[in-house]
Amino acid sequence: MNFVILQFPASNCDQDAVHAVRLLGHSARLLWHKENSLGDAHAVIVPGGFSYGDYLRCGAIARFSPVMQAVKQFADNGGLVLGICNGFQVLTEAGLLPGALIRNRSLQFRCEHIFLETLAADSPFSNQIPAGKLLRVPIAHGEGCYFADAETLATLKSKNRILWRYVNAASEATDTANPNGSLENIAGICNERRNVAGLMPHPERACEPLLGSADGRLIFESMIAVFENRSKAQAA
Amino acid sequence: MKAKIIITPKKAVLDPQGKTVQNALEHMGYQGVAAVHVGKYLEIELNGADKERARTQLDEACHRFLSNPVIEDYRLEIE
Repeated sequence: MNFVILQFPASNCDQDAVHAVRLLGHSARLLWHKENSLGDAHAVIVPGGFSYGDYLRCGAIARFSPVMQAVKQFADNGGLVLGICNGFQVLTEAGLLPGALIRNRSLQFRCEHIFLETLAADSPFSNQIPAGKLLRVPIAHGEGCYFADAETLATLKSKNRILWRYVNAASEATDTANPNGSLENIAGICNERRNVAGLMPHPERACEPLLGSADGRLIFESMIAVFENRSKAQAA
Repeated sequence: MKAKIIITPKKAVLDPQGKTVQNALEHMGYQGVAAVHVGKYLEIELNGADKERARTQLDEACHRFLSNPVIEDYRLEIE
């Protein structure tokens, strides 16, 4: 499976994403933001970092990059797009995902491991996550507080589009388990068609036991499973 | 011509920065501060003299790019 990982000026988790994909035995290619074709991509990762120095608003400038036009078209055609951290911010600014990410409630940059509960395991990004399994993955952000208006939030809930939320080790979505003040402890969501997802935590930094957790693999393995099922269906 | 754009967080959006500044003012002894909202201020220098055209264009730019309508309100003045 071919993953394309976008590179904006000041992306800084792009190499981590490449490493994670290759670790799982798949192809990863970096793509500079001025390119306007995704080539043979089967999935796109919009990585973390501080694209364009977070000028104006996080992700506000990156969304005008030529490559983002190609990503929009790719998503419109059903292609899998995963935004991680700054990548999530870019996808909301681009209108591919609803809501916005604002300054953490604590005003602190939070850099720590958290627990994620999977609320919807029927997405291309979560289908390999066993029921009841909490994902232990790191976060590293200053502006990850998810906000959406009441109507948007109601739609996300009713359509099972909240994929992950922050919980404590006992699976409780408490206020203290919420590192940034996100509405309803939301950590990650997907679009209506379920082919575009974004999350603030970093699964790509949790793909091998040496790094403290390999739980992040399950998110990439979910995407890979979708691709392999599609390929089998086409071959049959 | 010059455009002045003031961008503030929407009332429904959590504004921890504003709250922190408000707390600091109270700690310093300034009384009667009901709320603080921290936003952004942009000054844009413009060529030409057609105020209405500038307003239409910048209004669109504010909506599409300079502010995020999900979380922010803006006020545009042209002088």
